[in-house]
Amino acid sequence: MSIPLYDIVIIGAGVSGSAIARKLSEYRLDVAVLEKHVDVSFGVSKANSGIIHAGFHHKPGALKTTLETRGNRMFDELHRELNFPFKRIGIIVCAFSYEEMKVINVLHEQGIKNGVEGIVICNRDKIHELEPGLNRDVIGGLYAPSGGIIEPYQFVFSLMESARKNGVDLHTDFNVERAEYSAGVYTLYSTYNEKVRSRYVINAAGLHADDVSRILHADDFKIIPRKGEEYILERNAKGFPRQVIFPVPRSNSKGILIIPTVYGTMMIGPTAEDINDKEDYSTTYKNLEEVFSEARRMVDAISKKEIITSFAGLRPTLKGNDFYIDLSKKAPNVIQVAGIQSPGLTASPAIALYVTGLLEDRGLRLVKKRRFDPVIGKPHRIRDSGAEEITKLIEKDPSYGHVVCRCECVSEAEVVEAIRKGHTTLDGIKFYTRAGMGRCQGGFCTYKIMKILMRETGTGADELTKRGGMSFLIQGHISTDGWYPEKNASQQPEKAENHEPADR
Amino acid sequence: MNQRTGKAYDAVIIGGGAAGMAAAVRCAEKGLECAIVDREETLGGILYQCIHNGFGIHEFREELTGPEYAERYVGEIGRRAAVDVFLNSTVVGIDAGTPKKRVIVYSPFYGVLVLTAPAVILCMGCRERNRGNIGTAGTRPSGIFTAGLAQRLINIEGYVPGRNAVIMGSGDIGLIMARRMTWIGAKVSGVTEILPYPSGLSRNISQCLNDFNIPLYLSHLVTGIFGRDRVAGVEVAPLVDGKADHKRAFSIECDTILLSVGLIPENELSKEIGVAINQDTHGPYVDANYMTSVEGVFACGNVLHVHDLVDFVSEESRRCADCVARYLTSEGPPPSQGTVKAGPNVIYVVPNKFHYQKDTILFFRPFIVKNNVMLSVSLNGKVVRTKKLLHVQPSEMVRTILKPADVEKADPGDHNVVEISLR
Repeated sequence: MSIPLYDIVIIGAGVSGSAIARKLSEYRLDVAVLEKHVDVSFGVSKANSGIIHAGFHHKPGALKTTLETRGNRMFDELHRELNFPFKRIGIIVCAFSYEEMKVINVLHEQGIKNGVEGIVICNRDKIHELEPGLNRDVIGGLYAPSGGIIEPYQFVFSLMESARKNGVDLHTDFNVERAEYSAGVYTLYSTYNEKVRSRYVINAAGLHADDVSRILHADDFKIIPRKGEEYILERNAKGFPRQVIFPVPRSNSKGILIIPTVYGTMMIGPTAEDINDKEDYSTTYKNLEEVFSEARRMVDAISKKEIITSFAGLRPTLKGNDFYIDLSKKAPNVIQVAGIQSPGLTASPAIALYVTGLLEDRGLRLVKKRRFDPVIGKPHRIRDSGAEEITKLIEKDPSYGHVVCRCECVSEAEVVEAIRKGHTTLDGIKFYTRAGMGRCQGGFCTYKIMKILMRETGTGADELTKRGGMSFLIQGHISTDGWYPEKNASQQPEKAENHEPADR
Repeated sequence: MNQRTGKAYDAVIIGGGAAGMAAAVRCAEKGLECAIVDREETLGGILYQCIHNGFGIHEFREELTGPEYAERYVGEIGRRAAVDVFLNSTVVGIDAGTPKKRVIVYSPFYGVLVLTAPAVILCMGCRERNRGNIGTAGTRPSGIFTAGLAQRLINIEGYVPGRNAVIMGSGDIGLIMARRMTWIGAKVSGVTEILPYPSGLSRNISQCLNDFNIPLYLSHLVTGIFGRDRVAGVEVAPLVDGKADHKRAFSIECDTILLSVGLIPENELSKEIGVAINQDTHGPYVDANYMTSVEGVFACGNVLHVHDLVDFVSEESRRCADCVARYLTSEGPPPSQGTVKAGPNVIYVVPNKFHYQKDTILFFRPFIVKNNVMLSVSLNGKVVRTKKLLHVQPSEMVRTILKPADVEKADPGDHNVVEISLR
């Protein structure tokens, strides 16, 4: 067994790693991405709010500011090539007082300096005309038409699909445990002792960028997880906004936002609290209350009754809150892409360009492939198709007519496509197709998806997981596993004499 | 004429569970041609996963299991040429214009099918409330199921969802699942209920919990879910004056959580065509003929309001089908109806209108748990009839009949209001 030797290995298949992989796939290079989870986008990017920021939040001169504004402009072309859901719906920041209007002025100035197009300060009438659902005590604010929304995991999926189409190797379930360096080549070992060799290593390991840096004997820094809780509200929920609505920002975050998603649900959040545990994805009642009271301060119609789910994400932050994208000072040919918190998603295409520049500075020869194909096909989605189109699809493949997920209108064919593209967990299928993301949260479609997964992959029911690792969906089969109760439950209840009704 | 079927239907029935099947059989008896559309492979809906008995006592005077109950209706439908059944077929939209409504269906066999009929009967049943709806804090590991999904996984797929479960909510499905989990060899470490009394029937408390020594924690709230990949446990706290008393919180180890925290009528299709929804039932407002706010669109069964018993669903659906038959054959404007409202201590009343000339059967759900209660029926604020009830509780629906004699003092019109209240 020869160990594969790559020019470049990227550690981490989140939005940064995937954007870099796709950019590098334009050149004649052997590139691999190593991801410790079973699927891409399952780390930090999974819980992203999905906002394409306009570029007025950060001070001119910071690295993240430059990359944010540049990244924002790159999304139209990416959207045309990669077909992920994206809409430039604009961003609004609302102010409740003259003090807050002063901050709006600062943001406006920053935006102008950062080259944000179309950014304007709104008076009371203008802001309420733009966003009729705002509470009356909003006295004015900022409007940035270039802001937008995307589905973050679908963006990452499409970046990676495009990268793989152009020759990048993806190794999922590859947790980098140790590394050796000799004669200009790194050897990276996984937990299960798989090996990969590479001349260059890009550390885009998100929350674990500091651990990976230590494994590579590179620079010493510390990633502090900053937890954010988000709540998703039903489609047609009251208070659904036209733009993304921001409050005036605070010291460590952009505040609690009201975000209309591309698919018509509504997201509110995130909170921001620094924690120690990189695995702590728990939500709390206290923060639920905070999120709703903050959101309702801006749009009164928002109601807790319409929550369909909640989740928590962790931002990988560094002291100083800027991105850290640079050649390692200690380990040769290692590039650090660390501290990519907000606006990392917006900046990601620009991060990829920046990293490519660093590689070139380091002396890597970049030769364009003659056969780079920037476009990936748009997956067929019956949710977005008209009757004629669906009739044709069903004629070609009847399983397009089998609706597996009623809430989000997802067909069996779409689930099969997700599986064939490598999304073989319940969450992977959910993020690729939206099956299980709707109002019933998988109550009706889980068993159907399990059956399709078993049929398509040949795995047994007890091997299926929610998101890899030990997240098994079931714990065995009835009567076949020889597992019996300790207590004999032989006390069968007597038949009810008075014939009380059954339930339901 | 309908594409591919060549039949002109009188009614299209959406959903082939207990409600849809009973409505279809009665439509056929009344001489109507109808189509049932269901997204599953078989008719019968949720009945097939309810393998416990206790069904059919009112309908068939015997105790049946869910599948046996379903089978009787499936047989009836099979014997009637007037009912066309479309399985594996999902209704994705309705064009509710008059006189002919178009029901848009996706199916692997028929492609995009459009069924037209002057009447549509909504029989989509309900869905279970889930963890997101109740905002339970904690992590999001695998091993959290709604009780109905667990029931499906066990009774139809043959899986063991988990080895050690905590059940949130003491609704009947949760109680039935506590017993079922025990019978497949799993441990049930407890059932939590935020109310001071169980949500399910007393019979189920004794037969599903007490017989198996499963603890029931009344007035307790699950304040947190633990576990990274798979559920590892829950934190439970007693509720004092509606607030969790964190000082007395304790943990229960488990690898599985089943939720039995209520049902929500599935009215997304209804809302899309502009059917007005009653916030107390989450089902459509219907008049005394079970017609929704959209002319020619009717609703019955759990899509209208959640019933205690499947027998009552079948009965209501037959009544609804009778009204559909009358609607399709009657000439001239329908007679006017008065309004029915839920008064003090009543959550809701169904239907929301009453007839002046004939009996209107009203169903209502009490807000209170109480013995020796006075049910009073008032017309425009004046009590016209009272009745003593031995016991009421929210988990048991109450039936009362509004007779023409009760409302004879009123001039017919839609301005009269009848209120049902408990004291």
